[in-house]
Amino acid sequence: MQIPAGLTRILMKKIQRLEMDGISKSFHGIPANKDIHLSVASGEILGLLGENGAGKTTLMNILYGLYQPDAGQIRINGMPVQLTTPLDSILHGIGMVHQHFMLIQNHSVIENIALAYKDTPFFFPKIKLREKIQQFSRQFDFTIDLNKKIWQLSAGEQQRVEIIKALLNGADLLILDEPTSVLTPKEIEELITILRRMKQDGHCVIFISHKLDEIMTICDRVTVLQKGRIVGGADTRKTDKKTLARMMVGREVVFNINREALTRGNPVLRASRIHVTGDMGLPAIKGISFDLYENEIFGIAGVAGNGQRELAEAITGIRKIDKGQVIINGKNITNLSPRKIYDHGISHVPEERIRFGIAPGLFLYDNAILKQHHLKKFSRGHFLRYRYIKDHTRDLVTQFNVSTPSIDSQIRNLSGGNIQKLILGREISEHPQLLVASHPTYGLDVGATEFLRQHLLRLRSQGSSILLFSEDLEEIFELCDRIGVLFAGEFMGIFDSDDDRLCDIGLMMAGSKRF
Amino acid sequence: MIHITSTDRYRITRWRVVMTNILSLAAGLVVISFIFMIAGVNPLFAISEIFQGSFGSVYGFKETVTKAIPLILIGAGLTLAFRAKFWNIGAEGQLLMGAIFATWTGLTFGDTLPSWGIIPLMFAAGFLGGALWGIIPAILKIRYAINEVISTLMLNYICAHILTMLIVGPWKGGTRFGFPGTDTLPEAAILSVIPGSRIHYVTLILALACAAILTMIIYWTRFGYEARVVGENPEAGKYAGIDFLKTTLILMAISGGLAGMAGVGEVAGIHQYLGYPDSMSSGYGFTAIIVAWLAKLNPLYTVISGLFFAGILVGGDAIQISLGLPAATVNIVNGTLLIFLIMGDYFLNHKISITFSTP
Repeated sequence: MQIPAGLTRILMKKIQRLEMDGISKSFHGIPANKDIHLSVASGEILGLLGENGAGKTTLMNILYGLYQPDAGQIRINGMPVQLTTPLDSILHGIGMVHQHFMLIQNHSVIENIALAYKDTPFFFPKIKLREKIQQFSRQFDFTIDLNKKIWQLSAGEQQRVEIIKALLNGADLLILDEPTSVLTPKEIEELITILRRMKQDGHCVIFISHKLDEIMTICDRVTVLQKGRIVGGADTRKTDKKTLARMMVGREVVFNINREALTRGNPVLRASRIHVTGDMGLPAIKGISFDLYENEIFGIAGVAGNGQRELAEAITGIRKIDKGQVIINGKNITNLSPRKIYDHGISHVPEERIRFGIAPGLFLYDNAILKQHHLKKFSRGHFLRYRYIKDHTRDLVTQFNVSTPSIDSQIRNLSGGNIQKLILGREISEHPQLLVASHPTYGLDVGATEFLRQHLLRLRSQGSSILLFSEDLEEIFELCDRIGVLFAGEFMGIFDSDDDRLCDIGLMMAGSKRF
Repeated sequence: MIHITSTDRYRITRWRVVMTNILSLAAGLVVISFIFMIAGVNPLFAISEIFQGSFGSVYGFKETVTKAIPLILIGAGLTLAFRAKFWNIGAEGQLLMGAIFATWTGLTFGDTLPSWGIIPLMFAAGFLGGALWGIIPAILKIRYAINEVISTLMLNYICAHILTMLIVGPWKGGTRFGFPGTDTLPEAAILSVIPGSRIHYVTLILALACAAILTMIIYWTRFGYEARVVGENPEAGKYAGIDFLKTTLILMAISGGLAGMAGVGEVAGIHQYLGYPDSMSSGYGFTAIIVAWLAKLNPLYTVISGLFFAGILVGGDAIQISLGLPAATVNIVNGTLLIFLIMGDYFLNHKISITFSTP
C-alpha cells in the first residue's frame, strides 16, 4: 500500500529503518546502479564507499527523490514509499548535504535557512527561526553566526548551515555526500563530533566517501560499491583498510609509492618577495620567496585559505602580483598574460577544475586543447586543425584512462575524476618546465589518485619541476622533495622532506611555530 | 498519481533538432489559431493566407527574399554574439547607425565616385557604423559590468533619435518639400535590383557569403573557438589566456557590423534616402533574434530561418490587406513562435517521462 508523503509523516514519527531493495537505475542504457540492497537503522552511521563513478551519488539522489529508480523499492519502517521529488523525501524525514553546497552566497545564514525551512512564517520569518536554531546549536554543540553572509564563511561553516537546514526540516536520516572533501582537519573533527551527537540522538546517517581512514573512524558499517553494484559490506570494527581498499578497487592498492632518488638539476623558477592581494582586497601573500629546481617536487602544505590559491594564480598569470618578481629560466614573467606565461613553459592544474579548467558545453576535444589551441600543432594561421586536435584527444583519453563514450561528447557529461584526468593529461602532455598543480587528487578515488601521482613522479623524473599545493599531508610527504608550510600568506619554514623539524608541521600549519 | 520527471538528454541528434523545431512551430501555430479565432477569422484560412502570400506567388516570394536579406545578415551576426553569451538586443540600432553612415558616404561622395567605388565604400561605412554602435555595450559590459541586454536595448532608442534629429535637422533634404528625410541618394550610390523585384542582389550575395564565412569562423578558427569558450565559461577563458576584452570587442564589431551592412542594403537598395527610423527598418533587428535562435545559433541555418520569418512578415502584410487584420497581428505571430521555439529547447535538452501509478 502506498501512503501519501504528508500522511506517512503523521503516521510514523521517526525513521527506525530504511531499506533500499533491488534498486536499479541506468542512464541512456548505461547502468549506474544495479540491483542495490542496502539498509540503515536508527542510531547508525553507514559508510558508502566506492571509487569515482561507482554510483554512490546516483543511489543517494534516488533516495533524495532527485531520480526515479528503474526498478526496486524503498521502504521506511517496512512501508514502501514513493519519493518523486526532494520535497517527498524531506517530508519522509530524509535530508541531504550535497558535495557542492546549495547556498545563496550573498544572503545571510539565517536567510538561507529560512529559505529552505518548510514552516517558515510569511511575516517576520527570522524571529521564530532564530530561537529554533539556537536550540539546535545547543543540542548538537556547535556555534554559528546567523547574521554572516555565506561568502564570509569557511567551507566547514557552510556545511554546518546545510546540516542545520536538513535537521530543521526534521531529517531523521541525513545523507552526507563527500562531506570532508572541503574541510580542514580541524573542521573534520568538529563534523565527527556533530555526527556522533546525531547518532546518540537516534538519527541515521549515510556517509559517502572514498577516504578509507574516515570511513574507519566515523562509520559503524560500510557498504562498498563498485561499478554500480554492491561488492561487499562489513562492520568497521571487524575489517581493515586493506580489505576495504581491495573491495573498492577490485585489486591490491599500493599505499606507498616509490619515489626514486634524484639529484635536483638547475633552477627553474625563482620567486622573490612577492605580494598578492586576495579576493576581498586583503593581502593574501605577504612577500614570500622560493626557488624551484629541475627534477623536483616542491610541496606547499597548509590549511586552505592561507594564500595557496592566490599564489598559484599569481604565478600562472591569472592574478596580479603587487610587488616582487617571478623569474623562469632567467626571464622575468611577472604579470605577463596567462598565455605568455604558458608559452614560457608553466602549466597549471587549477584548484576548482569545473570552474576554471573546462568549458562544460563544449566537446571533449575542444577542452583537450583549452590552453594549447594557439600552438602550431593545433592551428595554422587563424584556423584550427581539428584532425590533429582529435588525434591528440584520443591519445590523451587512452594514455590517461579517461572513461568517456567518445571524444565527441560534451565534457559536462564526464565524472569529476575523469575531467581531472583529462585536465592533468592536457597540462602535462606538453612537457612543461613547471607544473603548478593545486590539489590534483582532490576528490579522486584511490585508483585514480595512485595513477595521477605516478604521472606526477614521471614528470619529475623527466626533468620538470612541480609546485604542488595540497592539504593532504600524506600526499605531500609521499611526493615532495621539499616542503614549504604556508600560513596566512607567509612561509612558516621550508624544509627538505627528511627534515626532523617537520614533525611540528601541524603546529606550523596552525601558525603557532615558525622556523 | 501521475509523476512527471525530466532528466538531461546527453545525446541530441540532428533529426531530433529538426523535429523539435517543427513541432514547436506547429504548437505555436495552434495557439496563433486561437488568436485568429478571437479576431473572428478562420485560423486555417489565415495561416494558409500567410504562406500563400509569402511563398505561394511569384510576387510574394520576391518580397520574401527582399525581406530575408536583412534578416539573414543580422541573424548571422547575432549567432556569433549569442554563442559568446553576449545578448545583443541592439541590432536595430546597429542597423540604423549603418544606414546613417552609409547615407552620409553616399550623399558626400556619390556624385564624384563611380558605382563600383561608392557601393563598397558605403558598405564599409555601414559596417563601421554598426560596429561602433556594437562595441559601445561591449566596452560598457567589460569595463564597468553594465548588463548588455539593457545597454544594447537602450542604444536602439538613442540611435533612432539621433537619426530623427539628423533628418529633421541638418540633413533635411531640399527636395523633400519640408518633410523630414534626406535627399535621394545619387544614382551611383543606389543598389541595383533584379528587374521586376525589389531584391538588391548585391546585399543578398553579401548576406549569403557572410552566413557561410561566419560558420567557418565559429567552427574552424581560433577566434571562433575562443568565442565559444568565453561563452561557455568566462573563467576558463581567463585561465586559458583568452583575452576577454579583445574577443568580445571583435565579436561585437562583427555582429554590429553585419547589422550595419543590413542598414546599407535597406537605405541604398529599398528606400534610396534616409527617412524616419520606423520606415527604415520594420523591426528587423528584433525579428533577427528569432532568426538566430531558430537557426540554433548556426549562421548557415539563418539562411533558412531568415527566409521563413521574412515569409511571415510578408504573409502578415498580405493578411492585413486580404483579411483586414491589424498590423500588430504579425508581431503576435512572431512573438508566439519565438516563445514556442524557446520552450522547444527545453524538450530538446531534457527527456520528460510520465509514469502513472495507482494510489
